[in-house]
Amino acid sequence: MPDRFRFPIPQDLDWLALSPIIVVVVAGIVALALEMLRPKRSNAAIVGVTVVGLLAAGVLAAVQAGEPAKEILAGTFLRDRFGSVVQVLMVAACLLSVLFSEGYLREKRILFGESYPLMLWATAGGMVMATSRNLVTLFVGLELLSVALYVLAGLSRREAKSEESALKYFLLGAFASAFLLYGIALFYGATGSLHLGRVAEVWTSGFEVGRSLLGVGLALILVGLSFKSAFVPFHQWTPDVYQGAPTNITAFMAAGSKVAAVAMLYRVLDACQPMVGLWLPPLFWVAILTMVVGNLAALVQKDAKRLMAYSSISHAGYLLVALLARFKAPEAVSDATLLYYLASYNFMTVGAFAVIALAARGGRESTGLSALNGLWQRSPFAASVLLLCVWSLIGVPGASGFVGKLLIFRDALAAGLAPLAIVLAVASVVSVAYYLALVKAAWVADEAEADQPIAPLRTGAGLAAAICAAGVIGLFLFVGPVLGWMGGSSSSGAESVAQAASPRG
Amino acid sequence: MVEQATGFGVLSLLVFLPLLGALLTLATPREAAGLHRTLAIGTTVATFLVSLWVLAGFHGGTYHFQMVEFVPWLPQAGIHYRLGVDGISIWLILLTTLLTFLSAWFSVYVRERTKAYMVFLLLLETAMLGVFVSLDMILFYTFFEASLIPMYFLISIWGGEKRAYASLKFFLFTFAGSIFMLVGMVALAKLHEQATGAWSFSILDIQSEVASGRLWAGALQTQAVVFWAFAVAFLVKCPAFPLHTWLPDAHTEAPTAGSIILAGVLLKMGTYGFLRFCLPLFPDVIANQVPILCALAVIGILYGAAVSAVQPDVKRLIAYSSVAHMGFVLLGIFSLTPTGMVGGAYQQLNHGISTGALFLLVGLIYERRHTRLFKDYGGLKAQMPVYAALFLIVMLSSVGLPGTNGFVGEFLSLMGSFEASFARRFGLNPAYAVLAAAGVILAAVYLLWMFQKMFYGPITNPENRRLKDLKPWEVALVMVFVVFVFWGGLVPSTFTKPMEASLHAARMMALNPVGQRPDWRNLETEIDPKGNLVRVEPRTREALVVPPAYGEVIAPAEKHYPLAGPAANEPTAKEQPRA
Repeated sequence: MPDRFRFPIPQDLDWLALSPIIVVVVAGIVALALEMLRPKRSNAAIVGVTVVGLLAAGVLAAVQAGEPAKEILAGTFLRDRFGSVVQVLMVAACLLSVLFSEGYLREKRILFGESYPLMLWATAGGMVMATSRNLVTLFVGLELLSVALYVLAGLSRREAKSEESALKYFLLGAFASAFLLYGIALFYGATGSLHLGRVAEVWTSGFEVGRSLLGVGLALILVGLSFKSAFVPFHQWTPDVYQGAPTNITAFMAAGSKVAAVAMLYRVLDACQPMVGLWLPPLFWVAILTMVVGNLAALVQKDAKRLMAYSSISHAGYLLVALLARFKAPEAVSDATLLYYLASYNFMTVGAFAVIALAARGGRESTGLSALNGLWQRSPFAASVLLLCVWSLIGVPGASGFVGKLLIFRDALAAGLAPLAIVLAVASVVSVAYYLALVKAAWVADEAEADQPIAPLRTGAGLAAAICAAGVIGLFLFVGPVLGWMGGSSSSGAESVAQAASPRG
Repeated sequence: MVEQATGFGVLSLLVFLPLLGALLTLATPREAAGLHRTLAIGTTVATFLVSLWVLAGFHGGTYHFQMVEFVPWLPQAGIHYRLGVDGISIWLILLTTLLTFLSAWFSVYVRERTKAYMVFLLLLETAMLGVFVSLDMILFYTFFEASLIPMYFLISIWGGEKRAYASLKFFLFTFAGSIFMLVGMVALAKLHEQATGAWSFSILDIQSEVASGRLWAGALQTQAVVFWAFAVAFLVKCPAFPLHTWLPDAHTEAPTAGSIILAGVLLKMGTYGFLRFCLPLFPDVIANQVPILCALAVIGILYGAAVSAVQPDVKRLIAYSSVAHMGFVLLGIFSLTPTGMVGGAYQQLNHGISTGALFLLVGLIYERRHTRLFKDYGGLKAQMPVYAALFLIVMLSSVGLPGTNGFVGEFLSLMGSFEASFARRFGLNPAYAVLAAAGVILAAVYLLWMFQKMFYGPITNPENRRLKDLKPWEVALVMVFVVFVFWGGLVPSTFTKPMEASLHAARMMALNPVGQRPDWRNLETEIDPKGNLVRVEPRTREALVVPPAYGEVIAPAEKHYPLAGPAANEPTAKEQPRA
């Protein structure tokens, strides 16, 4: 069948469905052109274009969340509720990071205009990862995200640790991509298609060679994605990269890159639903390991950014629990929990980093916990936002993080994954100890104990912090409507597409 | 069943008034310490007045929740905003508003970062009041946990030398306990979903399903697990041996207002949780857990007393005495007799008053001398006669001298424990009651010892010669406590009467079989003044304040049902505790 070896050629095109991604990419190109044209010493125009582009993309993606699911471009692009919501989250992560970037980069003396287009393209990559069931499209999205982030991580060229961060991220990222590609190749070998929709068919057909290829392929793909999502034991790069990269990039990495990786994992696992008995047990243990190791290792951290890195590993573990519950009991559990947790994680992580970024001043940045000492004297507002974000990260009620954990508890119990719920509960207890270290620095210690005074809170950072605080509280107060918007129906969009028109090879 | 939203009412006002005060305080400049104090004291006074208003509208003759407020929040998961008061919570609300007001008043001694201090104090009040009025488990948990954060800051910013260690330990212990309660709550809601098809975190719904026996019908084997998920959270909070170790550190290192509130209110959240959740929701397993909980209570009483006696630090001594006193509360509640439960519930209030007052008095002398060690004191009686007299009264109420409030609570708790253990109910035996009674004597030993070391003998430390006696406003502050010491000791019925119906209902839920359990949602049953569960005419929640015409008796008050286990063969005739 020659059809199999032909890369799908676009025949059906829906510009509206593609518009969020196109807007972000074009905004990136315009921003890059401006960067070459701009009068030096001001990135205002670039930031403006970036913000406007992201806002437009966010609105376009948000209005499409309610539209019926649709697969276009010969099965390479899928627009459904899950994908659209993730696109909104990606855009939000980028937007919030961009808001506090300018002030941070200025304090850090690395005012490079090209960081904005790179962030936009990374965002576009992440958006692609959420809206496809074609393995090559997914891979292209992943590489678009990753390559942009490799560059961004090394942005602070004068600092050795930034270069180390970029190199480490690049080497391990390439390693992960290789795993992923090998897995994709095996999937292609088993199904004769790059489309994930064929997986279930081949698996249930009982074709033994196909089944074993799929098993090995899935294992490799999961290893690749575990690197990206920072699951233990594939997490070692995270603390170094997070610590070395400029803080605004770390924020985007922690929030956006995590959202995208989890979204892609969702797509893959969704397609491999019939094989759930095969992949659930190992991922069950990966989830436990991730929660336990992430939290325990965080306990001994003395550096705010490393601490947040381990925190992001722990939260990856919680997200994995949500994913497993989703696919263990698809009839009882909807996507809403996962999406809600991602949204909440987005706000609380970026909010915390927006405040941590204040530690950079006059070209120097110390990211030790003591760098935040006396924040309450310098900026009570920033200290309050940090408190709120940490509050939410711990999962104390009153903030979105609590509802997120509660929903995961509920889903885990509903799906019969009670051990994971227990581990999550214990992990949350452990997390109190290290999160409180952040609060203690910001609220209890005096400024006199800090190495250098904290940078003043600029408008952009203040705005980002305020939006994050509002998001954390808003998601808590309006959890009903938010879940309604994210959940729609209990079955995923991809399934309804599969029912409407089974994908071609 | 579709419920009508009632909107926000007086309970919401009560809970969120301190929050409003906190926000107002936030808006003031950082240096205006006087303004912060005025705002904080004004807010706490206003909150206290609102709580008096709640008390005025409260009717003690019913076990049902009153002033119920319901606002839908998350229908998909059955989580809503739902508040109400009953006889178990009403006095704790009053205790909270009173103690917070007195703490705010005392806090004129705070000099550093007054704005943040007052804000945290007011936030703490909102959280504590929220705990006592929440009728939704998630809302309860929200306030339960929210109380940790202001307290953490109060200890870690304004605390003593080891404050960093103490505050972290406090947070970790309580959070660790309560996260399992959250899992237990989700499990209860899930069981509700299995029983009725809809998720609900409302304790009215869940209790109603438990009362009818449907909730646990398919999940009897998990009942004990869920019970302990709740019980551990409350044991940590109480605190009961062996989960008490956070308490001496937290109490000792906390600033005075923090100690008063910790001892006075936060510990009560634990015993309140037992009354609100553990008794009514786990009828099939509770009898088997009673010996364990009573044993923990007795160990707490003896251990707390023994350790108190050797403390070199006066605040630490009082902290350990709390472990002992809260043991009496637990023992009274888990005697599951009407007498013992009234005693336990009443002892909660007494402990709040007496121990709160002791911490306040220690705070007053600490502000003068900045030491808490016995070796720095001695002979203060000659120097500060008024202080010594007040200290003596409060100390004796803590000992449990007849005529003071402490006596009534401890006596009733012990009596309940004697009743239950001599009847050999729940596998208890008289040793429990006898050992606990020995704890009363030990309390006299260490407290009198403390008094002797501080007030008698020669003044060995020359610095104490310059000590001034209490100022008039400080005397007034302590006198508020003293009034309640005697009021509670001489006219205890003021406080015990309104609690009785609700306590009877809690006891019947724990002991009676299906069909004879009081249902929180069914307004056609009521507890009559004799404590019987009776049928009444259908009425609305608003009409609860009017005593109804009592009809047929569903379950008589004194009857204890034979339960599974060793107690099953015991004749019920042995238990005739009260006329």
